[in-house]
Amino acid sequence: MSEPRKLLQGATGDWEIVVGLEVHAQVSSQAKLFSGAPATYGAGPNENVSLVDAAFPGMLPVLNAYCVEQAVRTGLGLNAKINLWSRFDRKNYFYPDLPQGYQISQYKDPIVGEGEIEVELDDGEIVRVGIERLHLEQDAGKSIHDLAPKESYVDLNRSGVALMEIVSKPDIRSADEAAAYFSKIRTIVRYLGTCDGNMEEGSMRADVNVSVCRAGNYQKFRDTGDFSHLGTRTETKNVNSIRYVRQVVEYEARRQIEALESGGKIDQETRLFNVATGETRTMRSKEDAHDYRYFPDPDLLPLELDAAWVEKIKASLPELPDQKRRRFVEKLGLSAYDASVLSADRVKADYFETVAEGRDGKLASNWVTTELFGALNKAGLDIEDSPIEAPALGKLIDLISDGVISGRIAKDVFAIMFESGGDPEKIVEDKGLRQVTDTGAIEKIVDDIIAANPEQVAQVKEKPKTFGWFVGQAMKASGGKANPQALNEILKKKLGVD
Amino acid sequence: MSVDKETVRKVARLARIAVPEDRLQPLAGELSGILNWIEQLNEVDVEGVDAMASTVDVGLPMRPDTTATGPTGGGQPDRVVSNAPKTEDHFFVVPKVVE
Repeated sequence: MSEPRKLLQGATGDWEIVVGLEVHAQVSSQAKLFSGAPATYGAGPNENVSLVDAAFPGMLPVLNAYCVEQAVRTGLGLNAKINLWSRFDRKNYFYPDLPQGYQISQYKDPIVGEGEIEVELDDGEIVRVGIERLHLEQDAGKSIHDLAPKESYVDLNRSGVALMEIVSKPDIRSADEAAAYFSKIRTIVRYLGTCDGNMEEGSMRADVNVSVCRAGNYQKFRDTGDFSHLGTRTETKNVNSIRYVRQVVEYEARRQIEALESGGKIDQETRLFNVATGETRTMRSKEDAHDYRYFPDPDLLPLELDAAWVEKIKASLPELPDQKRRRFVEKLGLSAYDASVLSADRVKADYFETVAEGRDGKLASNWVTTELFGALNKAGLDIEDSPIEAPALGKLIDLISDGVISGRIAKDVFAIMFESGGDPEKIVEDKGLRQVTDTGAIEKIVDDIIAANPEQVAQVKEKPKTFGWFVGQAMKASGGKANPQALNEILKKKLGVD
Repeated sequence: MSVDKETVRKVARLARIAVPEDRLQPLAGELSGILNWIEQLNEVDVEGVDAMASTVDVGLPMRPDTTATGPTGGGQPDRVVSNAPKTEDHFFVVPKVVE
């Protein structure tokens, strides 16, 4: 059955979207995949280029062992099969930023095979997306077209940098799922430390494959494995943000449905995304654009891995986001939503765990997700730049739990900490914010208010809402410091209400 | 196996090799000859023999993840662009390529 929420309505009936993503994630390595040139970002033109990367005659590639290990780690993080025998192939094409005339990639025998990950959507639904493969390949250089009117400038600094291409199965069924999947891959590689996930610097980008078919045909494809039930797909290259992935799927699906409904057909082609307009356009449609004539690279022997070595890497993996999310829900009692938010980023998760250590998980989660994330968001700061350290926030929560301050006063203390740092205990002492639990003092305040407001006192029995007014007045008179529970009890007693 | 004139034209174009029209047919003949000669290998019985990726029985050598100096390291933009017909500020300058 087609799920209704996944259907798009056209003029002639319902359609389904089918999406597959190829995510390129740059390995966080010092050196390139096959040379000793630095893999860092931001150097001057052609500074990070060895004679191997520039394809000088006679130069030979030597594989970077660390990059192999990171590909295996990532594969394990994607719950995928590690292929102990893989090899490198040449993908042949000509472009000015590809000095070899071919890219060293993996075609028939990639280092990582099939896997599967869980992807949470905003509404809490979890969908499973299959991984087709992960392979290692070289990045190309960069062409800059706007430095001269009739010429392009080529910088090979990226040339030869190690990329992991992670290919999904066509299991993604909507723009939301595509965005959530891309985001999840980023979370996983960042947890593993195999890629920094920095999209502005191009460390992560996606090629987005989109097709549409009539409602019901996707299920036929699932049942038979026959791709002819699906529509012709287009591939939109180099999409470098989660938001853009969503836009590409939305735009392409609409464009394809309109074309098909008006009697046109979809060409299998490569497209480019225009960030300014949110539209895609044809990039190249030469009939032999995909004729890459792959063949095994004769400069490289097959890559054989030791099963025991793979096991050792497996044993060293950190707790992954899905495991963390489950633990947050099951052991710490967090809501599914908060657990998702907190586990989506390792730094956030670590911060939260420091705050929650030895304290009530839900209370800690509320303070981190609502107060802290809210304040950071407003100030345009990342968790790494938080003015409040996790142990200090933990201490603030202790002050509430120990009854030293009320939750309301805690928010004021939090604001001071966020503004100018400092120790919550000291702030409470210096500003005299300690909660008044002395019933004598509270009684005095209550008596004064009752004496000054005879009309309200007369009303309070008929209109229970007036009671809230008393609470507000008394709290105000105490400077917010009265213990709310004690205040309530004393007021009830003195006003004679239940 | 034999190749025809159109296949030669296509392969030449993919390889960016300019082949004059009058050389296409003769090349088709020569390439077909080479392919047919190699096809004799199909007569060998390879039942139960693993595909061989290399003639030497050694593992793939690898390098540690450290930056190198010399030909296999960075920091030599002058040498990198030394063969280019046109350069500027260590960029290669090529005729405009815009998709």
